[in-house]
Amino acid sequence: MTASGLRARLVVTRPAFRLDVSFEAAPGEVVALLGPNGAGKTTALRALAGLTGLAEEGHITLDGRPLHTEPPDRRPIGMVFQDYLLFPHLSALDNVAFGPRCRGASKAEARRVAADLLERVGLAAHAAAKPRRLSGGQAQRVALARALAVRPRLLLLDEPLAALDAHTRLEIRSRLRRDLAGFDGATVLVTHDPLDAMVLADRLVVVEDGAVVQQGEPAEVARRPRTDYVARLVGLNLYRGTGDGVRVKVGELLFSTIEQVDGPAFVAFSPAAGALYRTRPDGSPRNLWQAAVEGVERHGDNVRVHLGGPIAAFVDITPAALADLDLSPGRQVWAAVKATETHAYPA
Amino acid sequence: MTTTSPTGPARGGGRVVAGRLPWVLVVPALLGLAFLVLPLAGLLIRAPWPTLLQRLAEPQVLEALRLSLVTATIATAVCLLLGVPLAWLLARVDLPGRRVVRALVTVPLVLPPVVGGVALLLVLGRRGLVGQWLESAFGVTLPFTTAGVVVAEAFVAMPFLVISVEGALRAADQRYEEAAATLGASRWTVFRRVTLPLVAPGIVAGAVLCWARALGEFGATITFAGNFPGTTRTMPLAVYLALETEPEAAIVLSLVLLAVSVVILASLRDRWVNAA
Repeated sequence: MTASGLRARLVVTRPAFRLDVSFEAAPGEVVALLGPNGAGKTTALRALAGLTGLAEEGHITLDGRPLHTEPPDRRPIGMVFQDYLLFPHLSALDNVAFGPRCRGASKAEARRVAADLLERVGLAAHAAAKPRRLSGGQAQRVALARALAVRPRLLLLDEPLAALDAHTRLEIRSRLRRDLAGFDGATVLVTHDPLDAMVLADRLVVVEDGAVVQQGEPAEVARRPRTDYVARLVGLNLYRGTGDGVRVKVGELLFSTIEQVDGPAFVAFSPAAGALYRTRPDGSPRNLWQAAVEGVERHGDNVRVHLGGPIAAFVDITPAALADLDLSPGRQVWAAVKATETHAYPA
Repeated sequence: MTTTSPTGPARGGGRVVAGRLPWVLVVPALLGLAFLVLPLAGLLIRAPWPTLLQRLAEPQVLEALRLSLVTATIATAVCLLLGVPLAWLLARVDLPGRRVVRALVTVPLVLPPVVGGVALLLVLGRRGLVGQWLESAFGVTLPFTTAGVVVAEAFVAMPFLVISVEGALRAADQRYEEAAATLGASRWTVFRRVTLPLVAPGIVAGAVLCWARALGEFGATITFAGNFPGTTRTMPLAVYLALETEPEAAIVLSLVLLAVSVVILASLRDRWVNAA
């Protein structure tokens, strides 16, 4: 069983950039490569497809067979490109039939397969339409049908939702999730949107500057970020410190936590767990420090306060609290987080 | 005079007051325009309109016209057959010395056609490097035959096609070809089913230019294929010959070529004239 699915070490070297990431994807599993623009996610996907060459030390194994020695047209893959790249001169049906045709099906057989797939993605009525007549959501679904029409063992999706507007995105995202659940091969999807990644993927592989910085289940990654980028994505304050029992020293500050950690440790808390006071509060045990207000911005229904001082932090407060506190940039405040809401884990 | 430019950078209030037009530029510009237009106007003014149809129907005229159309069309077909793959090679394959190859392809573009004709004679002539062998092996002689006309025209016109198609190939989004490859298409299938349809407008434009150039070919044709009525005397040759004996016939033949040029220009209007 260990031989099935995808195992890859993708190494691509460019003059000013080196990608070196390793990950696996089991059959039926959806793995999201998540990372900022320029991290090398798309390069990784292109390397899987064979469109970008791998360096000597890279390798790709799919269901126990080496893939990196095959040219793109011989790999059992299906790829959905960021802007779909439906062939503009072919109808939706012929776009989907293109793959089966290339892999030896007769014209009639390929069209039958394509019609079936279009039916399944709910676009049978648009089979004769040219791509420019399709909406963004429809084009995405045709692109998915086209990729699935070759019965791939590895499905590659490059920012499958990025080209859609916010409205269709929601609907297409949940449809895509259902479609991916019905696909029995391995899926690798690239996105810079944490929401897409969380909804669509069974496992996240976070890529920054050409390297994997964290991987795990979405919930795990969201709860325990390991880099500033991931912390920002999932909306947590994150610090690196040194643990000593239930205390973690971050710079000059000592954080009390509920978890026990010794040695290098991360401390994380949600901006919503923080509180601000104009004078030093007394009472229940909390982590307390004096900070300077650096800025204030709207954040949903609340207000996000950017704090400087011994540590940089975001704290969310209500608009009413903002009025009471009379916060303006440069003002000194006391910031507090309960120990029960402060999480610590080994670095 | 005020003008607004919708695409230019916004300037203050949106109204731009232009200064006086500098005569240093305007006078030569108008002279240049006159220089280009007046000869054509002269052709139209001096045309023997009352006898035009009658002169057009003369056997020598029809013969030259037919020969020109047939040879230019065959030459264009040859150029398409050889030139499109050559353009693809230049645009898509990382050849060593690709720049040199591209420069070589454009040589016939700047070479005086007569020199091209001489060069063709040296290679394909009966005692030429290749011509000798062609004659002994296949009994084929090209110089001073209709086939020779086609060779001369294709030699001069092919660069137009190659450059046009190569430009279209470079402008086409290559990611469509990548998408086709991920769907299992071999490079030949990608070319046939994706690349070719995508660059079809560029190929058509190139073919039309190529055909027009072949139709007007004079120097290489007369040098390599000679001037034999019915077999190698194309329209431009007929015009030149008629000018010495029968100027009015030359005007009529010229008018036909002018009409063809105008039609071509009109058909390529969007692609070339309004390109900027």
